[in-house]
Amino acid sequence: MALPTYASPLERIWHYAYLVICTLIFIFLIAPILLVVPLSFNAEPYFSFTEKMLSFDPQGYSLRWYDTLLTLGHPSPDTPRDSAWWALVWERATWVQAAKNSFWVGLWATVLATVLGTTAALGLSRREMPYRGLIMAILVSPMIVPIIIIAVGMSFFYAQACVPPDSVFAPLVGPFLSEKGCLANSHLGVIVAHAVLGIPFVIITVTATLSGFDQSLIRAAHSLGANPRTTFFKVVMPLILPGVISGALFAFVTSFDEVVAVLFIAGPDQQTIPRQMFNGIREAISPAILAVATILVIVSVALLATVELLRRRSERLRGITPH
Amino acid sequence: MIPATPELLKTADGRPLREALVAAQARSKRKAFLLVLPLLVFVLLTFLIPIGYMLKRSVEHDGFSKSSPTLTAWFHANPEFDHMNPPEGAFAALVTDLAQMQADKNTGMAGTRINYTVPGSISLFKKGAREAGDMQPPFKEAMLKLDPAWGDPALWYGMESAASKWTTDFYQVAADRKLTATGWERGDDKQRIYLYLFFKTFLVSGIITLICMVLAFPVAHLLAVLPMSKSSLLMILVLLPFWTSLLVRTTAWIALLQEQGIVNDALVALGVVSNENRLSMMYNMTGTIVAMTHVLLPFMILPLYSVMRVIPPSYARAARSLGATSWTTFRRIYLPQTLPGIAAGSLLVFILAVGYYITPALVGGAEGQLISNLISFHMNKSNWSLAAALAAMLLAAILLLYWIYDRLVGIDRLKLG
Repeated sequence: MALPTYASPLERIWHYAYLVICTLIFIFLIAPILLVVPLSFNAEPYFSFTEKMLSFDPQGYSLRWYDTLLTLGHPSPDTPRDSAWWALVWERATWVQAAKNSFWVGLWATVLATVLGTTAALGLSRREMPYRGLIMAILVSPMIVPIIIIAVGMSFFYAQACVPPDSVFAPLVGPFLSEKGCLANSHLGVIVAHAVLGIPFVIITVTATLSGFDQSLIRAAHSLGANPRTTFFKVVMPLILPGVISGALFAFVTSFDEVVAVLFIAGPDQQTIPRQMFNGIREAISPAILAVATILVIVSVALLATVELLRRRSERLRGITPH
Repeated sequence: MIPATPELLKTADGRPLREALVAAQARSKRKAFLLVLPLLVFVLLTFLIPIGYMLKRSVEHDGFSKSSPTLTAWFHANPEFDHMNPPEGAFAALVTDLAQMQADKNTGMAGTRINYTVPGSISLFKKGAREAGDMQPPFKEAMLKLDPAWGDPALWYGMESAASKWTTDFYQVAADRKLTATGWERGDDKQRIYLYLFFKTFLVSGIITLICMVLAFPVAHLLAVLPMSKSSLLMILVLLPFWTSLLVRTTAWIALLQEQGIVNDALVALGVVSNENRLSMMYNMTGTIVAMTHVLLPFMILPLYSVMRVIPPSYARAARSLGATSWTTFRRIYLPQTLPGIAAGSLLVFILAVGYYITPALVGGAEGQLISNLISFHMNKSNWSLAAALAAMLLAAILLLYWIYDRLVGIDRLKLG
């Protein structure tokens, strides 16, 4: 942004002040996230920079908090680190279990939200769709309704949504439910809850992609003899795929970061990373939280990069050139 | 000559065109709807029904009606009794029920239900139930001798209302109304905890929205006027917080703002504050506001940016060439064009802020709690119906805001990144 040649001195001063203000706001946005990274290498159990860290003394830094992530919950943390030790990390370490739970819940919630959301978005972006506004409002509402309300409603309902072990459906759905056969305290309950929370993101991104979609391509495919299935997989899908993938990533991140619903409807077996962090921050705040935070920051950088690349690819495919 | 009746337009297979068109439209409508149907069913089962269930819980509580059948029947038979001075029959029914409660060991349930509207009822019921088995008529005298509180008209209003499973009592409590000798009345101003917290939540959300607006405006403007190559680099700085876990960002603010945190350390090192007078910016309202502003800022920047990017710069140049100062140009030409973005961003930030839970719970301390935290508190205390009533009130407020958002901005315009 260049200053116009007719700018007065006062305008020049204001212009530079404005740039400084913007820089400060960008620092406000980004600095807290970046500060987490060096803090996680703290050798002391403090949540702040020690003098040794500030003077770049190597002794001020350590990997002990990352080590904690492996050893917390490990039955024999001090034995030599052979393959048996690592196997126990995989099976028993608290944070590793939380990561595994988070990953699986996130994956299934994403699959559910993406498949249902994309199908619905295809219907919603048809001109003939009846009650379009109302249905859209309902489907986007999980993003707007406060999570605490959703969690309260779910905790009431999921405790009642049970399939008794002696019912005919029990062998079919029983393994996915809790011991009492309920949605509460079960993996399925958490997956379903997270899928609902991820759906608005899929709907929004996919309908946005479809809004730039040229409907005549479908007619062209039909006129060239493609059946609806071929048309969908060969013409529609490749064009909306970037939108679908970024919607899926949003849904995954939503699930991966969700804690309130988990606090209300999950049992001790559904310990996830956010839940572990939430409890960690509430009880004894240790820099191990910062080590997890650092890993999560790296994950979010990777996700952001993926989404950016997809967006550019989508714009290129749809012939929108960046200006 | 009379012209022949115009022949109906027909399709190739001989059906009237109008009919064929209507049928085709109905078919494509059905097709579109069938695509949406699976998701609608899913959302209905896992989202709408649970919320409906919650609303039901907010008007339903059988803690008293289930354990007091005799008194419930008496209330039905005597709808017009004098609450100031209930007759002997009412006390007889009460004693019967209390004795039965003692035998069934569910005094707590009934007492808890009445306790919502008439504080102190739990102990009153426990005491009453212990003695009820040995009581001799006249029961009224005996009960009043045991505890004069049994003659309290508010208690009788409370029990009469609780005798039905369906009740609006929890909304009355959530609206800070109190049961008195003459029924429900507006509570003492000093004890209006729930409405006060609603008010505080809205006020804090308003403050956060305002701060976000002030911070987002220059940044969105800069992003909008920079060439695309530079602005997409800077955009990453906005999107990274958006993609970063909320818990990570909250943790970061704890590290920054706590008493032994980075900001205080820096201020002490610079000599701005002394070591003894470190600022307390965490576990109070300041912590909540700062951390929530950071979390919600991208939700303001993004809509503002998408509006600002399409504002043609020629209008501002025209204004300047016609002699307007840069301030006038901004105020009269640029600012009005950004209003849709400001409205969209502000409403979104406000809606999200009103329902915030995690950040206040972690960094708010006792003072920085919002309405969501109170709902969670009552859930943990098993005050389910009260929590549901509070949640329903919050939901009503949110739906109103959502409706305004839809009217003003349109849900279709909601964009992410």
